[in-house]
Parts: sequence; C-alpha cells; structure tokens
Amino acid sequence: MSITVTVDMTKCQHYGQCCFEAPTVFELDAEGKLQVLQHEVDESLRDEVEAAADVCPMQAITLS
Amino acid sequence: MTGVVIVGAGLGGLRAAESLRSHGFTGAITIVGDEPHLPYNRPPLSKEALKGGVDVSGLEFRRKAVVDDVTWRLGSPAVGCDLDAQTVTLSDGAAVHFDGLVIATGIRPRDLSIPGPRAGRFFLRDAADAAAFRERLTPGARLLILGAGFIGCEVAATARGLGCEVDVVTMDAAPMLRPLGAELGAAMRRRHEAHGVRFHTGRTVAEFLGETGVTGARLDDGTTLDCDVVLEAVGSVPNTEWLVGSGLDLADGVLVDDTMRASGTAVPVVAVGDVARYAHTLFDASPRRVEHWNLPTETGKRAGATLASLLAGEPVPTTAFTPMPSFWSDQYDHKLQSFGLPGLADEVVIASGEPDGSCVAEYRRGGTLVGVIGIDATSALVPYRAALMAG
Repeated sequence: MSITVTVDMTKCQHYGQCCFEAPTVFELDAEGKLQVLQHEVDESLRDEVEAAADVCPMQAITLS
Repeated sequence: MTGVVIVGAGLGGLRAAESLRSHGFTGAITIVGDEPHLPYNRPPLSKEALKGGVDVSGLEFRRKAVVDDVTWRLGSPAVGCDLDAQTVTLSDGAAVHFDGLVIATGIRPRDLSIPGPRAGRFFLRDAADAAAFRERLTPGARLLILGAGFIGCEVAATARGLGCEVDVVTMDAAPMLRPLGAELGAAMRRRHEAHGVRFHTGRTVAEFLGETGVTGARLDDGTTLDCDVVLEAVGSVPNTEWLVGSGLDLADGVLVDDTMRASGTAVPVVAVGDVARYAHTLFDASPRRVEHWNLPTETGKRAGATLASLLAGEPVPTTAFTPMPSFWSDQYDHKLQSFGLPGLADEVVIASGEPDGSCVAEYRRGGTLVGVIGIDATSALVPYRAALMAG
C-alpha cells in the first residue's frame, strides 16, 4: 500500500510547514516554491505525511 | 464504558480526539461545541473567506477516519463543570459525565464595552461573525478598525481590496507592534498606507456615535471619525468562565504542565490550544498562552497521548514537549512568517534584505535568538527554525 499525496496548488501559499514534518516528501525550492518530491509515498511514512497535512495552514494537502 | 468529553469543537479539540484514538483509547468520545459547525479553519475568516464569501463547509478540517464514531453535541456550549462529580453541564441543561476531560474552549475577542450604539459594530471570531460583517463591507463603506494586531491588519487589507475606506485606530505606535517590533511594524504601516489605509496611532475610541447604528467614533483626543461599520479587534480573552469554581488555575487560561495535564486536580483533565497556558521550554520556564495556529495541533496531539495514558492507568509521556510556535499572515501580496516567540525579544536585527522589501529579522533576548520573522522570505527562515529548535 502506498499513500497518494496531492497538494491543491490553488490553495498552497508556500509556507513550507509541511517540509518540517515530512522532509523527504515536501521541499521549498530556492525560489521559496513548494515542491512535492514524492507523490506516491510508502506506508512507512504515514505518520509524517499525516502530520504534514495537519499543519498546513491552508489545508491544501490531501492524502488518499 | 470509559468516556472522554472534549469541550470545544475547534482545531485543538479535533486533534485531541484523533490523538486519543491513535494512542489506543477505545472508549466513547463526545465533543461539545458552541457553534453549529464541525471543526473548521478560522484564519481565512479575515482573509480569503472574508473576501470571497463565507462558506463554512469549505473550511472544514479533514477529519481522520478514527474519529468517525465521535458524538458531536454542537450548538450547546458548556456552562459549568463539576470535577468532583466529573460532569460538564451544557446550556440545554444536560449534564454529561466524563472519565477524562479535554478543555479546548479557545478564546473570544475582548470587548472593551465602549459606549455608543451597538448596531454596525462587529467582532471577528467565528463564521457567523464573518458572514454578518462581510455583508457590510460594500464598496465605498467606511470601515473603522479598532486594534492593529494581525486580525485588524488582515481585515484592513481585505477591506481595501473590497473597495472600503479604512481607518485603523490603535493604542500602539505601530501596527502589530508586539510581535514585529517597531521597525517591521513601521514598515508594514507604510505598506498599508500605500494601499490607502489611514492610521490613528496612540489613540483609542472613547465613544461610538450614532442614534440607532454607528455613524462615527470620538477618539480619546476628541477627534471624530465618520464610519459606517466598525471592527473591534483588540485582543482576546480565554473562554474559562464555565470552569470557575472547578479548582483549576484560571489566572490566564488553564494552567497545564508539559503533558498538557491541568494542575490542581487528581481527575484526568487536559487543556489544549489557545486556552492552555504552559511553559514553552525552548525559550524559558514561564507558562504562557500563545495564540498561534499551529499550537492547537501540537498541544492536541500531546494531550491525547497524556489522557489516553492516564485513562489506561499507564505512565504519561515523558519525552520532551518542545513545539515551535509559528505564525503567518497575508496582507495584500505580502507574506509574513515567524518562528519562535519574537515578542520576547529585547533586540531586533535585520539580518538580510530591508524592511520595505523582502527581509529576515532576528529577534534576540539577552543576545540569544528567540524568534525570527520574514517578510516575503519564507525559504530563508528554514535554517533559523532549526537553530531555534536546537535551543
């Protein structure tokens, strides 16, 4: 099982809070834009990506 | 069956419920809320949701499947609590028994009880406030905002975007003075003024004017300002009246230890979010209420772990609890973001850029970094957060 990570880029304001919770999945690039490094995430990272979705101020991250 | 009652159906209450389940609590969970809504995200109420129209269902938080079996008692605020009997009394008269209690009642806007007509004066805390206030923000409407904190400033920016005239009255010398300090506060004032906002600093409203609804305000120096609508945004007070007489320490919110357990009772009681006062040990040992958006999630998760342990008769978590306070604010096309507690600083140093453009400011106390704020400089803050986490 893997988890599909989707970021609604119409909501994302690039605050980068998710990057601190799941640094192997989310990253701010040099211009400060959010990059999703993995869209299909292994189940072993569930706690991290759940936490990342929880802390998004814009609630832009969905997991399925 | 063992039961937990969570009083407060906001972000902190939701996260506490999810955490109870993820830490093995299988008993009944009841969440009591004063509003009719499931937990929703409040920060948009001063920004995009105020601009575009308030649709609460679109602001609801994602709820994890583990809380699908929670009983919601919405629209019935708690009015009392008896820790000896382990009951919470609701406004409809019901007494709800609990084995464990989560206090998550948050805060409300401070009411200075300024004399004058009430009609046309608004506070902004919940979706109903925002919906009613929004109806008055028509193009050309003259809006007076009392208070220049984040909510006042965000609403000023939103209202200018809606074509309103905006006057901001504040006792402080600059907007957002306490968190930002004088230099960044002054720079944000210049941004607002460039968008046509008028500031009246060092002033408060002595009296609102008008017969049936507000038509103006008389300031404490005798100046009068005409206005059609007023937002009062002069800070918050914790919602703890329902706990008076319970024996808990309610000096400023509910005093809890670093497991979020309330002091002064043997009953399993935890508090989370804006209403909780606790030591932010990355900075010092003084218990503080900090009203930043990320902390209900942090404290809710911690409190759920604590309460699940207490109800299972197991030791509470002893791992260090060091949440990093963080705030953000959107005003016009500018982004402010902060980590740490910049309000504690006795010295502010512009580390890069300049305050009228993008910049990073370091906030130090006794020479030690206690906070960082960036204006349009999000990625530059990443190493500062790491430095603050390292203590």
